[in-house]
Amino acid sequence: MEAQTLTYLFVGLSFALYIGIAVASRAKSTNEFYVAGKGVNPVANGMATAADWMSASSFLSMAGLIAFLGRDGSVYLMGWTGGYVLLALLLAPYLRKYGKYTVPDFIGERYYSNVARVVSVICLIFISFIYIAGQMRGVGIVFSRFLEVEIEMGVIIGMGIVFIYAVLGGMKGITYTQVAQYCVMIFAYLVPAIFLSIILTDNPFPQLGFGDKLLGSDIYLIDKLDKTLVDLGFAPYTEYSKSMIDVFCITAALMFGTCGLPHVIVRFFTVPDMQAARRSAGYALVFIAILYTTAPAVASFARLNFVDSVQNTFYEDAPSWFKNWENIGLISWTDKNQDGKMQYSPGSPFEGNKPNYSGDRGEFGQRLLTNMSDDSNTNEVYLDRDIIVLANPEIANLPVWVIALVAAGGLAAALSTTAGLLLVISSAISHDLLKQTFTPRISEKQELTFARIAAALTILLAGFLGIYPPAFVAQVVAFAFGLAASTLFPVLFMGIFSKKTTKEAAITGMIAGLVFTFSYIVFFKFISPELNSSEFWLLGISPEGIGVVGMAINFALMLIITRASNAPPQSVVSLVESIRRP
Amino acid sequence: MSFWQKNLVLLSSLLFFWFFCSFGLGILFSEQISFIKIGGFELGFWFSQQGSIYTFIIIIFSYSFLIEKLENEEKD
Repeated sequence: MEAQTLTYLFVGLSFALYIGIAVASRAKSTNEFYVAGKGVNPVANGMATAADWMSASSFLSMAGLIAFLGRDGSVYLMGWTGGYVLLALLLAPYLRKYGKYTVPDFIGERYYSNVARVVSVICLIFISFIYIAGQMRGVGIVFSRFLEVEIEMGVIIGMGIVFIYAVLGGMKGITYTQVAQYCVMIFAYLVPAIFLSIILTDNPFPQLGFGDKLLGSDIYLIDKLDKTLVDLGFAPYTEYSKSMIDVFCITAALMFGTCGLPHVIVRFFTVPDMQAARRSAGYALVFIAILYTTAPAVASFARLNFVDSVQNTFYEDAPSWFKNWENIGLISWTDKNQDGKMQYSPGSPFEGNKPNYSGDRGEFGQRLLTNMSDDSNTNEVYLDRDIIVLANPEIANLPVWVIALVAAGGLAAALSTTAGLLLVISSAISHDLLKQTFTPRISEKQELTFARIAAALTILLAGFLGIYPPAFVAQVVAFAFGLAASTLFPVLFMGIFSKKTTKEAAITGMIAGLVFTFSYIVFFKFISPELNSSEFWLLGISPEGIGVVGMAINFALMLIITRASNAPPQSVVSLVESIRRP
Repeated sequence: MSFWQKNLVLLSSLLFFWFFCSFGLGILFSEQISFIKIGGFELGFWFSQQGSIYTFIIIIFSYSFLIEKLENEEKD
């Protein structure tokens, strides 16, 4: 069967599975809609958390990102896993013990203030919306690449699927579809990685093959990669090129941000008790680690393989995957020195960020560009980094069903994250804003209806942002972490570990963290992008890592203001004591 | 020591390991330990792209095991 037909079949089957699960486990009460009745098995919740956590960009782009960043890519590997330690040790068990439905619920009650609750809802919606728009875009891109439908149509189909299972099923439906999505996603990721590892190093475990000798030679894969890149003029793969303080701060911002992300925290509200919450975070990290320890291996295999098959090769002899992806528009070749061979080195092959194809073919059959060639360097090859994961099955000469599997995996990754985000936004609106703050008299049934309406509206808005992405969406997704680290993490932490922190302290802390981090990012990314380099940064910290400074400001303000304001009431002190008790 | 104080001691010691294996070995002292090799990996590189993640898993399960023991003592 053809790849296209198989892809339709795999994607169709996986969608049928998700909808089937959603119908079987639809929510009947607010308890089931918000927290899946608090009866989810810790292992199942771990899997659902992993699927929730790993988005389209973890699945499709992360290995490519690391392949081109080399050692600097470690910030994502450590940052996006280390947060689970903080979550399991510092937040998840206590928030589960507290036992309500949402993150703002805890903040509102612990800081005895509806203002604190509403401020935390604003932070939550801000963070989650930035994140969700990127996911819908990811759904659209996977559809358009594999199924050859327009991105717009892809987004609409994706919206339809998520609508059915998130609006009907609530947290209960989402949890069990996420379990299925995790299985699809991880299988799709591992199959090509294992084959690549066997081809290059004869070791079936990518994590070990990564540190092994190349097949039929005495040279370690990593040493070969370092040497090859240095010979071409690139920085060595295994050394940091960012400054140490920046690497440190970005890693920390991603870690603290991870454990302040509401859609991750709320997953731990669905398990039966504190012990289950802790174990569940451990299982979640195991499931995440399977992908996150494979990704850097795939990155190094792919980078080496790419250079080997491209450097000084006649275009006519290029492997077929090179030409396939050139046809799709993710690779281009500009023959600067007119020798018919491809040369790959640092620098941009042409002016502008993306290739614009003229529609004509050159003398060797390559697609010609309308971009002016950039003659300040000798690089002739353009490569979109998303290609690393997408092209793996072809590079490893795997059968077409593997390509279909990768498409289904990418969609599973995007849909599962979208659904999780959707749920926290809708519950923040129906539960925290309506039921707890503005219209406390609505019945449970009405609240459930509002939750469904809020989910439906959020999906429409997210879809709209996916179809008409504001130019900044893609750039901003990574900053959701900095915002989470500088707003929600400090108030949650102090809410548990200090009995004295007051509402005034929490409100000021959150607002200051949000304003500081947001302004710093907006200034360097949008207002004065020309100043976005280390000599102008505060202490040499890039906008990606500034969340840590925002977090420090938030903590400092909380400590100072707590001393200057009236102590919290006795009921709050007892609340903190009760969540600390086993 | 009360249950909560014991918990805080346990948390701080495990968070020390968390910091040491990621920020410490993977970033701050990565250069100094790069003469040690496991297979093709320099130790600092291995910690930053593989080892830190394995240590994180061990830390979470150790905490879970140790605190459950403390909790059971507390309940008795």
